[in-house]
Amino acid sequence: MLLLLILMPLGVAGLSLLLPWYQTRSWLLPLGGGLHLLLVSVIITGSGSITGLWIGLDPLSRLVLVVTSLLFFGCSIYAVGYLNLRRDRGNLVIVPCLLVFLSAMTLAIVARHLGLIWMAVEATTISSAPLIYYNRNRLSIEATWKYLLLCSVGIALAMLGLLFIAYAALVGGTMPVSLQFDTLLSGAATLSSPWLHAGFVFLLVGFGTKMGLAPLHSWKPDAYGEAPGMVGALLAGGLTTVAFLAILRAMQLMIAAGDGAMARQALLGMGLFSLLVAAIFMVRQTDIKRMLAYSSVEHMGILAIGVGIGGVATFGAMLHLVNNALTKGCLFLSAGNIHRAYGSKKISHVQGAVATLPISGGLFLAGFFAITGSPPFGLFISEFTILRGIFANGQLWVGLLMLLLLGVVFIGMGGTVLSATQGEKVKLETGFKDSFLLVAAPLVFLLMVLILGVYLPEPLQKALHEAAALLEVQP
Amino acid sequence: MANLLLLIVILINFYTLGSARLVACIRGVALQGALLALLPLATHGPTGHALFLGAGALLLKGIFIPLLLLRTIRQVRIRREVEPFIGFVPTLILGFLVTAGAFIFADFLPLAYEHHEGLYVPTSLATMFSGFLILITRRKAITQVLGYLMLENGIFIFGILLSAAIPLMVEAGILLDLLVGVFVMGIILNQINREFSSLNTDRLTALKE
Repeated sequence: MLLLLILMPLGVAGLSLLLPWYQTRSWLLPLGGGLHLLLVSVIITGSGSITGLWIGLDPLSRLVLVVTSLLFFGCSIYAVGYLNLRRDRGNLVIVPCLLVFLSAMTLAIVARHLGLIWMAVEATTISSAPLIYYNRNRLSIEATWKYLLLCSVGIALAMLGLLFIAYAALVGGTMPVSLQFDTLLSGAATLSSPWLHAGFVFLLVGFGTKMGLAPLHSWKPDAYGEAPGMVGALLAGGLTTVAFLAILRAMQLMIAAGDGAMARQALLGMGLFSLLVAAIFMVRQTDIKRMLAYSSVEHMGILAIGVGIGGVATFGAMLHLVNNALTKGCLFLSAGNIHRAYGSKKISHVQGAVATLPISGGLFLAGFFAITGSPPFGLFISEFTILRGIFANGQLWVGLLMLLLLGVVFIGMGGTVLSATQGEKVKLETGFKDSFLLVAAPLVFLLMVLILGVYLPEPLQKALHEAAALLEVQP
Repeated sequence: MANLLLLIVILINFYTLGSARLVACIRGVALQGALLALLPLATHGPTGHALFLGAGALLLKGIFIPLLLLRTIRQVRIRREVEPFIGFVPTLILGFLVTAGAFIFADFLPLAYEHHEGLYVPTSLATMFSGFLILITRRKAITQVLGYLMLENGIFIFGILLSAAIPLMVEAGILLDLLVGVFVMGIILNQINREFSSLNTDRLTALKE
C-alpha cells in the first residue's frame, strides 16, 4: 500500500510526458494529488502503524504524510489555474517534476532506513530545482544555482552524519552495523557516543540546510522569491516539514541513546537564532515573497524551539507543524495571485490589493494575521502552547526573548503586508481576475487553520499526542 | 595496496588545487573517482558488493560525470583559467595545512581498532577539506561542481569502511542521485552561460539583502 503511494505519482508523471494536450497534462496534477490524498486517507484510517524493514508508518510520519498530501492536493488544483495563465512557459517540465517531487517527499516520509531517507531527500532537491527555475530569467537562474549547490553540499554533510552514526555502531561493537532505523533505535544505548554526537551535529547541519534554519537559510529568500507561488507553498509547507522529520529522526536516536538533552539544546539554540535572523530581515522588507521566506525561517525556528523545550511544547510544535504548512499554503498561493495580477512582487508596485483583488488580497491579509499567531487562528494556539511549555520549564528568558522577537516579526511583517494590501483600488494592466481554481485552495487552507484555532478534533489530538510521545524520553 | 591508492588520491587533491586549467582539474577529479572505484576491491576483496560499488563508482565518478562536465565546457567554450579568488600558491599552502590537520585530527579520533593503521580516515578528511576549499575559493560555477564532487569523493572513502551499513539498493540510489544532480547542475550551467555569457558566479549577485 505504501509502495503504491510512492509509485503512483511516478506513474502519473510518466503519463504526463506521453500526453500531448496542454490542458489534460495540467489536470493530471489534481489527479495525482487526489489519488495520493485518497490513498493516504485509506491508509491512516486502516491500521495505526505499519512496520517494515524499508518503509513503514509511525505516528510522526503519519502526521507529516497527511499534511504534505493535503498541501499538495490544494496546490495541484491551484496549479491548473496557474498553468492556464502561463501558457507561454509550457508545462512539459513542471508537471512531471511536481509529481516526482511528490513521490520523493512521500518516500522521505515513510522511509525506515536512514540511507533511504537521505536518498529521497536528495531526490527532492533535484526534482525541485527545475521548479524554482520555472521563470527562466537571470534571477531565477541565480536562485536555482544557490539552492542546488547549497542544498547538495548540505545533504552531502548529512551523508557524512549518517556514516558517523553507522561508525558509532561499529565502534560500539555489540550490534550489527546497519542504518535501519528500528535496529538503530533498539541498540541506541550501545552506540559509541562521540561518533553519535558528531553524527547528530552533521545531520542537523545537513537537513537543517534543507529545512532552512539560520544560519543555513541563505538560499531560502532567493529560492522562494523567484519560484512560482505554488512551488513556494510546497517548499515552505511540505519540503521543510520533511526535512524537519529527518532531524526529528536523528533526535529520536539521541533520546534513545540517553543524550536527548544535548540534542534539545542544539535545536533550541538554532531555533532562537532563526527567530532572531528572521526578525531582523523581516523589518523593511520590500518584496512580499522574500518576506514570506523569512517568515518560513521564523516558523522553522519556532518548530525547533518547541521540540528543543520538550514536554507540552513538543505537542505545540506538532500542532504548529500542521498550522504552519496550511497557512504557508494560503499565503504563498495568494501572494502568487497578487504577483500575477500586478506583474510585480515589490511593495513599490503592489498597493491596494484588498480593494483591487478582494479575494486574493483578503486571503493574503488574513493569512498574515494567521501566520503571526493572532487569535482565533490555529497558530495562536500552537505558539501559545509552546510558550506555555517554555515558561512551565522555567526558562523565563527564553520565553521573553521569543515573545519579543514574535512582536518584532509582527510589526515588521505588518508594515510590508499593510502597505501591499491597503490603499485605493488600482487599475490592473495584466487583466488578471480571481477565478475559482486560483482561490479555492488558499481559501480552504485558511478555513482549516481557522477551525484548528477554534476546535481541535479528537482524532487529530490523539495523533498529535502520539507523535509528540515519540520525542519524549521513554522510561 | 589500499594505502598506495589513498596516497595517490591525496596527491590528486594537490594537483587539482594547484591546477590552472579547467580540463586538467576535471581530469584530476575523474582520475580520483576512478581510483576510488578500486578501493572497495582493495579493502574488502572481490565480493559481489565490492564489485558493484567499484563498477558503479568507476562508471559514474570516473567516466559519466567527467564526460558530462567536459561536454559542458566544450559547449560554453571555456578552456583556460580557473579564476580563483585567492592565488594558487596560497591555495596550495592552505591545502597542505588542511591535509596535515586532517592527519593530526584523525589521530585523536576514537577509531575502531582495525582502522588505526590505515590511511582511510585522514585521506577522507583531507579530501573533504580540499573539496570545500575549491568550493569556497573558485569563481567559476563549474569549479564549484568539481569541489562538490571532491567532497563526495571524501565521503565515499569514509563510506567504504562501512559498506556493510548501506545495502546495495540504497547505494545504487545514492549514486543515481549524484549522477542526476550533476546532470541538472550541468543544465543550469548551460543556462547561466547563455544568460550571462560567462560562468562566473560573481555575476550571480542580484539577489541579496
